Amino acid sequence: MSCNNHIFFKGGVHPNEGKELSCSNAIQDAPLLDKYTVILHQHIGAPPKLIVQKGDEVKKGQLLAEAGGFVSAPVHSPTSGTVSAMLEISGPMGLKMSAVEITSDGKDEWKLPFNKIEEWDSAEPKDLKQRVADAGIVGMGGAAFPTSVKLSPPSGKKIDTLILNGAECEPYLTADHRVMLESSDAVLEGAAILAKILDVKNIYIGIENNKPDAIETLSRKAGHYGIKVQQLRVRYPQGAEKQLIYALTGRKVPAGGLPMDVGCVVQNISTAVPVKEAVVDAKPLIERVTTVTGESVVNPGNWRFRLGTPVSKALELAGGVKYQPGKVILGGPMMGFSQKNLDATIMKNTSGLLLLDKDDVSQFSSESCIRCGKCVDACPMNLLPGTLSVAAENEVWDIAEDYFVMDCMECGCCSYVCPAHRPLVQHFKRAKAEINAKRKR
Amino acid sequence: MGTALLSVIFITTLCLVLGIIIGLVAKIFAVKTDARIEETEELLPGANCGGCGFAGCSDFAKACVTGKTTPDKCPVCASDNIEKIETLLGLNSGDAEKQIAVVMCGGDNTDAAKFVKYNGINDCKAAALVAGGDKGCEYGCLGFASCSRGCPFDAIEMKNGLAIVHPELCVGCGQCIATCPRNIIKMVPASVELHVYCSSKDKGAAKKKVCNVACIGCHKCVKVAEENQMLIDGFLISVNYDNPPSRDIIEAAKCPTGCLR
Repeated sequence: MSCNNHIFFKGGVHPNEGKELSCSNAIQDAPLLDKYTVILHQHIGAPPKLIVQKGDEVKKGQLLAEAGGFVSAPVHSPTSGTVSAMLEISGPMGLKMSAVEITSDGKDEWKLPFNKIEEWDSAEPKDLKQRVADAGIVGMGGAAFPTSVKLSPPSGKKIDTLILNGAECEPYLTADHRVMLESSDAVLEGAAILAKILDVKNIYIGIENNKPDAIETLSRKAGHYGIKVQQLRVRYPQGAEKQLIYALTGRKVPAGGLPMDVGCVVQNISTAVPVKEAVVDAKPLIERVTTVTGESVVNPGNWRFRLGTPVSKALELAGGVKYQPGKVILGGPMMGFSQKNLDATIMKNTSGLLLLDKDDVSQFSSESCIRCGKCVDACPMNLLPGTLSVAAENEVWDIAEDYFVMDCMECGCCSYVCPAHRPLVQHFKRAKAEINAKRKR
Repeated sequence: MGTALLSVIFITTLCLVLGIIIGLVAKIFAVKTDARIEETEELLPGANCGGCGFAGCSDFAKACVTGKTTPDKCPVCASDNIEKIETLLGLNSGDAEKQIAVVMCGGDNTDAAKFVKYNGINDCKAAALVAGGDKGCEYGCLGFASCSRGCPFDAIEMKNGLAIVHPELCVGCGQCIATCPRNIIKMVPASVELHVYCSSKDKGAAKKKVCNVACIGCHKCVKVAEENQMLIDGFLISVNYDNPPSRDIIEAAKCPTGCLR
């Protein structure tokens, strides 16, 4: 199969894909658990406002916390039962986060919070957008940015293209792949709803050509909705917003700009499914497909987990481990977060639970920059990671800012290729945190 | 001979004339400065630590003279120098108590184990970005010496992965507070000689799992101290610095983990 598009971003890397571990197993529904610990702040933006109290009876799909601002998202109960505790648990990034513990009553009774909009084609776009917001839908690829905000471009920005990201360029993860195969109708209908909200005719689905079955399945049905399925070359980070826009439309997002500056909106493929469910089936976002994988996992595969499923339970479902792994990561190996315990729970943006072997986890000590320039070749954002890292190492944040450290998307390509094993991305994360703190002052 | 004499006379006259002009110009265009600013600055330590909140000692001196602040806001200055400045400016602020920094954590590498292997930048803020740091305790000192490097007076020592402030070297400038991602460095009155070296808000049993020297909230010290001398915040006890107990309670309380000392 050849590539339709010849435009290709500069840089990137191609690590061992590791997708064969989990890509051939169908998605399984995780059984109902006794307890779910739902983290409240699952998105980028303002924290939501808790509206239930300890001891309250809740139904499946009932609102637990409402949006705390425009850039915010509500959270719904994953099952029916009782609010048994308010906890502070360590989230995926190691910070304490407030969470609600729901003890299941075993009935798993729905209480649909909305009305079904089956004839969405004749519905008002603003009603559809409100539904996406009310259902608590956020970017499921990893960023967890509230979807309804992305669908509200400021006046003056004309959106003409909707892109669905099915690249899944992160190694090991196959959740999007399985969703495209098994829920292709929901993906396409969700995409059509998103296009209706944005009032665009140009809809692309970009898929890396290591998933020929997904490309075939979607291409067969996409014509009905006027959606174009495009193959992409396999290269990490092909699924990054700016790289994807460039590959599919040839447009370049300016430094410091957003996709809407070039008339594009990018959504993850897995975000389209809950959009369809929210509109057509009136279901809020309470579950997601997550890959549990790694050489040491007994039965790697994909599961449909309720939000709030503890990571330790998710691992148990996959049969546990054959031997002691070297690292536990939530997300993919390139951009995910390594964990120090299994306390965290599945959130809206948890695309994967990955166990890396000890041999795969480098424990080198970092050396001085040898100025080989490999990081410059690898950087898909055309930055100078070596120079930036020296600035960050010496805490000269002004220079780091002048060299566009804020454009770094933390994809990890530079760290991956660095022969001196410098923790480049960590330097940039720190620099970005320092600069953001300075800007706030 | 005649030429030489002429030259001398000419140069002398020229110097005199120019001197008079310069003198006149200086008088006419004189910038009025308050001599007290310079005198105040001389009495200040000159460390430019920024502990007062101004951009260095010179800026602080100016602020003192113009009445924007008071000399006792300099945490570093010796008390007799502050008195001299106050006499110079005709102020009397009374005795402000000296404050020092204390790292409210006692868990070093032996007592509070690291749970995971961290292989990254040697800086507390950077380490806190990776899974919240490698220490089992999510509140304790990370031990990458960011505060120690940030102290302009070398008053913070790293001992077995724990930052310890030397009270005799600490001048109370407060520069270390912002360097700590865990926010466990507190400014306290220098006269108080006992502290609860723990900042963890976890439950007692959870603390016990990750640290041998944490405050487990047993309230033994609260019982032996007088009312309102120790503050209770959930599972964490702390000294009430407005009404501190005497050091005798350490003996009487028999703190089971030794975090009150």
